[in-house]
Amino acid sequence: MPTTLPIFSVLILLNVVVSVYLERKISAFIQDRLGPMEVGKWGLLQLVADLFKLIQKEDIVPAAADRWLFLLAPFVIFVAIFAGFAVLPLSPDWFGSTANVGVFFLMTVISVDVIGILMAGWGSNNKYALLGSVRAVAQIVSYEVPLGLSILCVVVTCQSLDLQEISFQQSIFSNTPNYLFGLKATGIDLTQTGGILTWNILRNPSLLIVYVIFFIATLAEANRAPFDLPEGESELIGGFNTEYSGMRWALLFLSEYAMMLLVAFLGAILFLGSWSSPFPNVGALRLADWTTGSPGTWAGNLWGVFWLVSKAGAAILVQMWVRWTFPRLRIDQLMYLCWKVLTPFALVLFMISAIWKLL
Amino acid sequence: MEFIDRIFSTQSLFWFLSFLTILSALMVVTSKSPVYSVLYLILTFFCLSGHYIILNAQFLAFVNIIVYAGAIMVLFLFVIMFLNMKEDEAETSPTLIRTLATGTAIVLGVTLVLAFSTVKVAAFNPMAFDSQVGMVKNLGSVLFREYLLPFELASVLFLIAMVGAVMLGRREAGDRHF
Repeated sequence: MPTTLPIFSVLILLNVVVSVYLERKISAFIQDRLGPMEVGKWGLLQLVADLFKLIQKEDIVPAAADRWLFLLAPFVIFVAIFAGFAVLPLSPDWFGSTANVGVFFLMTVISVDVIGILMAGWGSNNKYALLGSVRAVAQIVSYEVPLGLSILCVVVTCQSLDLQEISFQQSIFSNTPNYLFGLKATGIDLTQTGGILTWNILRNPSLLIVYVIFFIATLAEANRAPFDLPEGESELIGGFNTEYSGMRWALLFLSEYAMMLLVAFLGAILFLGSWSSPFPNVGALRLADWTTGSPGTWAGNLWGVFWLVSKAGAAILVQMWVRWTFPRLRIDQLMYLCWKVLTPFALVLFMISAIWKLL
Repeated sequence: MEFIDRIFSTQSLFWFLSFLTILSALMVVTSKSPVYSVLYLILTFFCLSGHYIILNAQFLAFVNIIVYAGAIMVLFLFVIMFLNMKEDEAETSPTLIRTLATGTAIVLGVTLVLAFSTVKVAAFNPMAFDSQVGMVKNLGSVLFREYLLPFELASVLFLIAMVGAVMLGRREAGDRHF
């Protein structure tokens, strides 16, 4: 019985509470406003008030909607995304499913999410909802290509599809020697040094650019601005969730934030050293050892969870920063970016990663 | 505890999945709405993936979902959602469709029965069975050793198809950039 799933379900809920407040405050900061200030000190109780409002709201099913699809869709979306958390590790000694195709499983999650969105859009029997869901699906299916290619770059570097194995390779517990920039020719063995120097972005420097592609593709997968065309308030009212109200709408919202968290975790695990500490051991200063603890102990688990969650949190903050900085793209610009910019670059970088591994 | 173990045993999972597979496959055929048919077909693929997982073929299970449930069925749903089925129904005569469908079903059924009666299924030896045969590592080594050429040819073909599709959408001289 994997014990990580209860932790992740608590994390998902906590993430919504913290992120919604932060999103409002950060957007306010970026736009030089104050944000919510009325409910509680600094508007801290705003979300509680919003939740009370949502719970009281009536769960309306439109008369012309396809009742079953409409009612079922939010659950399909949420279950699909929640299932993705099953393969994520939390610390050296605390992990979920040991399926040896973990990364692949996460790609599966995204394609199931698509079916849920189509069910919601078609079931609503509303032109805005249908258009929004069609946009969402076209966008998600297209961006799966650069996303898959960027993940493949990491897989070819680590030679594994298991997220825990990928994590171990980037830590001081790696059982394969780690050299500076992944080049054996440099002769600098960093296996015992650890820290940021053995993260994937430095084990193979081209992965730094790959991480940018990965980040852009995951923004599109999570339907976040500047890729939030499926919602497009100005032309589509609210996209595939136009007709939803009350708790079902809250579930869709929860799924969106869970997806943000999932891709943030995935980025941290694949590129940013997973649960390992960013500080390297320098001579007598055993910074990496001090901030890692030994696997299997309480300290080891807590440090692991702390580093992984902070890295994911940082990624979510950048997602918000991007959202409130860039204007929304047009649909043809979106497709242009995906097929003519990101995909060719990802293909070239994939070749570079494969050659780098041979060096 | 024993009761829970029995519920989650491989055998009961197999029967449950098989029941669900056949039920959803029947619903594909009997559903009135084509959208429901496709959704039931997706459910059928999920059940089949469950069977693959029981057989310890994880990679195959997830590929099945990504390719069939994720990509091909979504394409089906797209097409069906955009065609207005109710208006098109009147144009084709139902009797013709029914005759053709019955004929095809009979031919297919006879072929299947004949095929099964002539093909001999290899005997199964549980002692010599390797439970790791479906793992991604073993699958990869088979693909890249015994079937290297066809595998590489297929992958290049897919890449060419993708690049070709992008080329078709390229900017012609005189088009606006954005």
